[in-house]
Amino acid sequence: MYDVYKIRQLFPMLNSNKTMQGKPLVFLDNASTSFKPYCVIDAINSYYKDMTSNSHRGDYDLCYNMDVEVEKSRQAVAKFINGETNECIFTSGTSMSINLIAYGYGLKFLTKDDEVLISEAEHASNVLPWFRISELTGCKINYIPLTKEGKITPENLKKVISKKTKVVSVAHIGNVLGYITPVKELAKIAHDHGAVIAVDGAQSVPHIPTDVKELGIDFLSFSGHKLCGPTGIGVLWGRYDLLSKMDPFLTGGGMNSKFDMCGNVKYLNPPSKFEAGTIHLAGIIGLRAAIEFLNDIGMENIFKHEEMLRDYFIEKTKNLDNLIIYNKYASTGIFTFNVKGVFAQDEATYLNSKGIAVRSGQHCAKILIDFLGEVATVRMSTYLYTTKEDIDALVDALKDGGDILDAYFG
Amino acid sequence: MPILDNNTMRAIIMEHYSHPNNKKTPDNLYEYQTIHMSSDNCIDDINIYLKVLNNNRISECFWDGVACTISTASTDIMCDLVKEKTKDEALEIIDNYLKMIHEEPFDEELLDEAIVFINTSKQAARIRCATIGWNGLKELIDEKK
Repeated sequence: MYDVYKIRQLFPMLNSNKTMQGKPLVFLDNASTSFKPYCVIDAINSYYKDMTSNSHRGDYDLCYNMDVEVEKSRQAVAKFINGETNECIFTSGTSMSINLIAYGYGLKFLTKDDEVLISEAEHASNVLPWFRISELTGCKINYIPLTKEGKITPENLKKVISKKTKVVSVAHIGNVLGYITPVKELAKIAHDHGAVIAVDGAQSVPHIPTDVKELGIDFLSFSGHKLCGPTGIGVLWGRYDLLSKMDPFLTGGGMNSKFDMCGNVKYLNPPSKFEAGTIHLAGIIGLRAAIEFLNDIGMENIFKHEEMLRDYFIEKTKNLDNLIIYNKYASTGIFTFNVKGVFAQDEATYLNSKGIAVRSGQHCAKILIDFLGEVATVRMSTYLYTTKEDIDALVDALKDGGDILDAYFG
Repeated sequence: MPILDNNTMRAIIMEHYSHPNNKKTPDNLYEYQTIHMSSDNCIDDINIYLKVLNNNRISECFWDGVACTISTASTDIMCDLVKEKTKDEALEIIDNYLKMIHEEPFDEELLDEAIVFINTSKQAARIRCATIGWNGLKELIDEKK
C-alpha cells in the first residue's frame, strides 16, 4: 500500500511545516529538482563525517574503503538501470553526460556528411552540445517532426532518418510535454540505419522503471538531484564497446595509467577513463542512498502514484474554462498550461503568493515555442511525495487565478 | 505624488500593461540609441530606444518586446517619466527608483506613478522584472555620458 503521507515524513522539506509567502509550501516543480530524504542527507554527511579521503589513492585503509564505496555506488546505479557496472560513468549531471557523448563520440566520429537527429521538444542540454559539435565538425542537425500532440513517434523518425544519420538523441520523457517516447522502437530504427541512439533520461529515470538492455539503447544520461539525490552528481551509461572507442572529455589525474614527457599517454579503461580529477565523492555516496530509497518504494509504485495524480489533476480541471492545458494526455506528472489572458510568469508569481511552487518560462526547451505557439507557459510537475491535496491547492488557486496583482498587493 | 492606496496602484499597473503608451519600435531607428535587455531566469526580452537632443535633453524614449505585467508596466512608466528630462535628471529618477525597489530611503516626489512598484520587494522573484527596463536605460545613458 502506497502511503504518501508516510513517505512525506521522510523528507525534511516536507516534514517541517515549511512556508512560502506565509502559506504552507506546495512544491510542484519536481521536473526542475526534487527534495531529499533524511537518508540521502545522512549519507552525504557520512562522507564528510566518517569517511573523508580521496579515491584511487589506496595506500591506506580509509582510501581503500572509499574506492569500495564508489564501486558499491556504481553497482547500485548499474542495477537500477540494468546496465553493467563498468558502463556507468559518474558525471556532474545530465548536461555533462550529454556533453560527454557529444564531445567524446560526436567530435571524434562525425563529419560534414553526417547528421544528428534530435526533436523540437528537447531540453537545451540535448540541443546545444550538438550545435557545438555541428560547428566543430560541420555535421548537420535535423529534427524528428512532432505529431500534432507533440509526440515523437517511430513513424516520424522513419520519415527523416537516412544513411547520413549517425546519432539520434532524444529525451525518454520530455521536460515540457511529459510524454514517454517509444525509445525501444526508435532504437531499432536507428540501429537499422547504422546510427547510435542517445537517450536523455533526466525526466524519466526518476519517474519510471528504466532498463537499458530492454530498451536496446546505446547511451543514457541522468541526474541525481531529480531523483531525490544530491546536486552535482549524475550518470552517463554507455555500451562498453562505444565507451571504449570514445575520447575522454576531461583529462587529468585518475584517468591515465601512464604518460611521459614526449606526450605519450595511456588512458585507463572505461569508466575511469572518463572520470578525471577528484569526482564528487559525497555525491556518489548520496546518489546510492537515493537509489536505495527509490528501490525500497519501488519505481513501478512511484509511476502508478504519479499516474493517479495525473488523472486526478485532469479530472479536477476539466471544468476550468480559463485553463489551457497543452498536454492533457501526458504520460506522467508534467503538465504545461496557461491561464487565459494571463502571462505565464505573472501566473507563476500569483501561485507563489499562494505558497505554490511551479515553473514559468520556456523550460529550457526554447525551440518548442514554435510548436506550442506560445511565448511562455506554466509547468507543474509531481513526484513520489506529491499529494492530492497539493493538486487541490493548485486547482483552487487556478480557479480564481485571474487577478495576478494579488501577488503584488496581497 | 503621495503613496497611493492599493486599488489605485493596481489600476495604474493594469492600465500601463493593457495599453502601454510607449511600447513601439520607432521608424527612424538610426536616430535612437538602443539597448537589448533579456533575463536569464524569466521570459522578459525587450529593446529600449532613446533619443537625446544636443542639449542633453531626452526627447523620446520607447521600448518594445516580450514582457510580463510588471516589466511591461514599469518600463512603460519609466519612458513617461524621463521624457523632457536631462540625462542627469533621468539618472536621478532611475537611482531613486532602484533605491525604492531595494528598500532604501528614496525621494518619492521624483517617482510619480512609478511609486506603484513600492511592493516589489515582497515578491523577490519580481525585482528583476520591475528593474529590467530601468537598468537598461541607466546603462544606455551612462554609456553616452
